[in-house]
Amino acid sequence: MADKIGLRLVTPSRLLLDEEVDEVAAPGALGQFGVLPNHISFLTLLEAGEMSYKQGSRSYRLAVSGGYAEVLDNIMTVLADTAEYAEEIDLERARSAREKAESKMAELGPEHEEFPAAEAALRRAVVRLEVAGKRANR
Amino acid sequence: MATLKAIRKRIVSIRNTQQITKAMKMVSAAKLRRAQEAVVQARPYAEKVAALLKNLSARVAQEAHPLLMQREEKRVDLWLLTADRGLCGGYNANLIRAAEGFLRVHGREKEIQLAVVGRKGVDYFRRRRVEMIARYPNAWSRSMGELAAEIAEQMIGRFVRGETDGAYILYSRFRSALSQVPTLEKLVPAATAAEQREELPVEYLFEPDVRTLLASLLPKVVEVGIYRALLEAVASEHGARMTAMDSATTNAADMISSLTLQMNRARQASITRELMEIVSTAEALK
Repeated sequence: MADKIGLRLVTPSRLLLDEEVDEVAAPGALGQFGVLPNHISFLTLLEAGEMSYKQGSRSYRLAVSGGYAEVLDNIMTVLADTAEYAEEIDLERARSAREKAESKMAELGPEHEEFPAAEAALRRAVVRLEVAGKRANR
Repeated sequence: MATLKAIRKRIVSIRNTQQITKAMKMVSAAKLRRAQEAVVQARPYAEKVAALLKNLSARVAQEAHPLLMQREEKRVDLWLLTADRGLCGGYNANLIRAAEGFLRVHGREKEIQLAVVGRKGVDYFRRRRVEMIARYPNAWSRSMGELAAEIAEQMIGRFVRGETDGAYILYSRFRSALSQVPTLEKLVPAATAAEQREELPVEYLFEPDVRTLLASLLPKVVEVGIYRALLEAVASEHGARMTAMDSATTNAADMISSLTLQMNRARQASITRELMEIVSTAEALK
């Protein structure tokens, strides 16, 4: 039995991480889920949210904005549309994105066909701010 | 016969051109490195998405999602990726020739709609009054991710609405700085690998379920295919420009050396003539 699990974190533009870790938590379509070594084969949609993993005594946190996660043969592959470490997040940009999305939603109204896109943009911005906010409190 | 002054002027002018081509070559070399890096970095994601699709599509019938439907190809879309700018050797000409070839070969039995990315291709087909369903004359200054998403939306929309039975992309694959190959790929409908049904791992959990996953993954696969083609095209363009500018620089050097030879000859001739004049004048005064 392996006591670690391989974690590969990939975005369309780059391979962010390919290492052995102890435990992973990610925002699945049916809620936050955790993955430990020797997890069953598994494929899920990811929502925009906070993803974290533990390696030894250190833990790392990232903001992801949707994608897929697969566990197969004790390797977890996360295909994220975007992923940033808490330390990398551009607070200014996330704040202005949140404001932009909020005003757009107010302007369009919930019936408009572009409303879901604006809502998704808002969620991504809020996730970034939350993940980055925890960094500031530490 | 060119005068000394005229030759000198030409040498100066060629030297200026040479400096420009040399600078362009260096800029292209730097951009090429970045573009190549981007191609390599994008590979793991594209491979994984393709593997997931294979795994998922083997579990459903082709009716499960519109993008899996294989229809008889009566009407197809051809998406052509050319550059916005010239001065890159035969890069654009090769792509346009390949597109013309496709239109000639398949144009008889199928109805082909053309969509063009890049100013050079757009200008070419507009001059020939060829109708285009989409035009992106200033594509390459934009973010490739956004551009890919936009193209994917159009491509998929047209297929799902039944306006076309398939979509192809024609782009330049990057082999090396010296070699870029026009390449044709079919992106829609997404290819399936239904023959691998037996090898599926049994214990596999899907969240929320196979169909939802597939519905989300299929457009993504198309988008990733476009994204990859865009990155390859960028690398090809810079490679082609670098090679073209390198040979232009060499040609300029050759011209300068042959003109310098001519100039020296002309100077020698004028000195000789002057000497002869002096000698003959002195002779006459005796």
